[in-house]
Amino acid sequence: MSITAAAPAATADGITTAAVAPDPARARRRRTLAQWGFVAPAVLFMLLFFGYPLVRNVVMSFQHYTPSTFFTGKAPFNGLDNWRNVFGDDLFGKALWQTIVFTIGSLVGQFCIGLGLAVFFNRRFPLNGVLRALILLPWLVPMVVSGIVWRRILDQDTGVLNSFLGLFGIGHTPWLTSTHMALLAVILVNVWIGIPFNMVILYGGLQEVPREVYEAASLDGASAWRTFRSVTLPLLKPVITVVLVLGFMSTVKILDLVLALTDGGPADSTQTLGTLTYQNSFVQLDFGAGAVVGNILILISAVFAVFYLRANRNEGK
Amino acid sequence: MATTTPAAPAPAVNRPKRRWGTTAVGILILAVMLFPLYWMINTALQPESGLLEVDPVPHGLDLSGFSSAVTEQGGHLLTSLAVALGAVVICLAFSAPAAYGLAQFNLRGAKTVVFGTLITQMVPGIVIANAMYSAYVDLGLVNSYFGLMLADASLGIPFAIVLMRSFMVAIPREVIEAAEVDGAGRLRTFVQVVLPMSRNSLITAGLFSFLYAWSDFMFALTLNTTDHVKPVTLGIYQYIGAHVGDWGSVMAASVLSAIPAAILLVLAQKYIAAGITGGSVK
Repeated sequence: MSITAAAPAATADGITTAAVAPDPARARRRRTLAQWGFVAPAVLFMLLFFGYPLVRNVVMSFQHYTPSTFFTGKAPFNGLDNWRNVFGDDLFGKALWQTIVFTIGSLVGQFCIGLGLAVFFNRRFPLNGVLRALILLPWLVPMVVSGIVWRRILDQDTGVLNSFLGLFGIGHTPWLTSTHMALLAVILVNVWIGIPFNMVILYGGLQEVPREVYEAASLDGASAWRTFRSVTLPLLKPVITVVLVLGFMSTVKILDLVLALTDGGPADSTQTLGTLTYQNSFVQLDFGAGAVVGNILILISAVFAVFYLRANRNEGK
Repeated sequence: MATTTPAAPAPAVNRPKRRWGTTAVGILILAVMLFPLYWMINTALQPESGLLEVDPVPHGLDLSGFSSAVTEQGGHLLTSLAVALGAVVICLAFSAPAAYGLAQFNLRGAKTVVFGTLITQMVPGIVIANAMYSAYVDLGLVNSYFGLMLADASLGIPFAIVLMRSFMVAIPREVIEAAEVDGAGRLRTFVQVVLPMSRNSLITAGLFSFLYAWSDFMFALTLNTTDHVKPVTLGIYQYIGAHVGDWGSVMAASVLSAIPAAILLVLAQKYIAAGITGGSVK
């Protein structure tokens, strides 16, 4: 916007209103500049909020942060110290492993149930649309709130899940208080949260499959399962890729849900890379160590994104 | 709903009985999926249960849980509302022009920008918070409404750009050229022609960015060090840390914090449908 104040712009302005043929190259440049004016603010915003943190995290991982850093402004470079400390701590390996288990468990659960429900809702029946809309609710409620509601449901002594299971003679399961059960419990809750998203996207994909394809398959005498496996699934592959990639991106960085359910406990048994980054930076105020774990998290996402993009490109050929 | 049962599905239905059987299964699935939300409401209505088992249905309409939730969390709900509305304004102000530019101007590099926008999905929020915290300290944005609005807007901007761009691509070029022939500048064309035409996608993007900001917990947790700016997500989280026994009012606060999601579900459903058909007709 400040460009208008500059001399060349002022003359150019006079030229356009007078409709005299302007210098075409300069006019084009001016137009391009004005057009970028629409896009540039958003690009700048995204560079600040997504690009800058990526760079800054790499730098921070080589700096020594202490609780007093934010008063003194001093965070001296300390080489590979943060990296050595993080990798030397057993907690990192534990969090990494738990992140992998959590991500795979969540994705498998969400996807399988979501696909089942998508297939179910792909039939025509009364109230289909209403039911499909309402099933989205768990996905739209703030994740921390869902976590807190489940914390009450999963309570060992007074939670409704154990009361219900008690009817079948299943004893009081320490869902959130046992180091063996807690990660499974967090996965189960995350599956519940993720089902609607998987269902909606997969349902959209199923709707795109032309009805004639099914008709042709049934004319050929294919069974329902056979049709699903060798006709529907291959046609659904691009949508499946999208849903799994988006699911992966949002699952691997999990933080809200774990904090609301277990705060990473008991005994770090639900600590993930996301919560470890948080703990390092915002609880211990060791932002250098937090940055190291954050970088690993980005690296995992990036590797996955590259695989995804490559798979997409091969598909296009 | 039950009263319309015999009449509604009449046209072109071959086996109505079996189809209502499917509906019954659908209702059962929905009941299982929504059970935790039912339990949230149920627990909220039994504030006396405390740390005991909660009965399957509330005995009466005991709203004392809600009244203490309003006392405890009312201010935080208002903070959430203010921050989320601010985030929506920021989000749309940045993303609507960008979506238009990327959709209608043949800019060199537009593809790269769209690709970059998609890639932002990959950056974990906690990594952003980790780096932005020190930047926020330097800029004096920690513990400020504006700082949290900006951070929350970042949750919606990429999605809003992608969504609105896909609708604005469908605006016929002749419409825009006609406006420009009439003497409207680029900005006026955008405000008076393009925005009204993209109303549905604008509303959809706005609703989603509201929901993202309303649901945000991580930025609220990391970019605030005092109680000055505390949205309801953070309020509830800290409350259960301090008052383990008072589940009634915690659940009542949870119910209140889930209301926008429920309202927007109904509204967004309509706008998403309108937006999709509006986009595909062209």
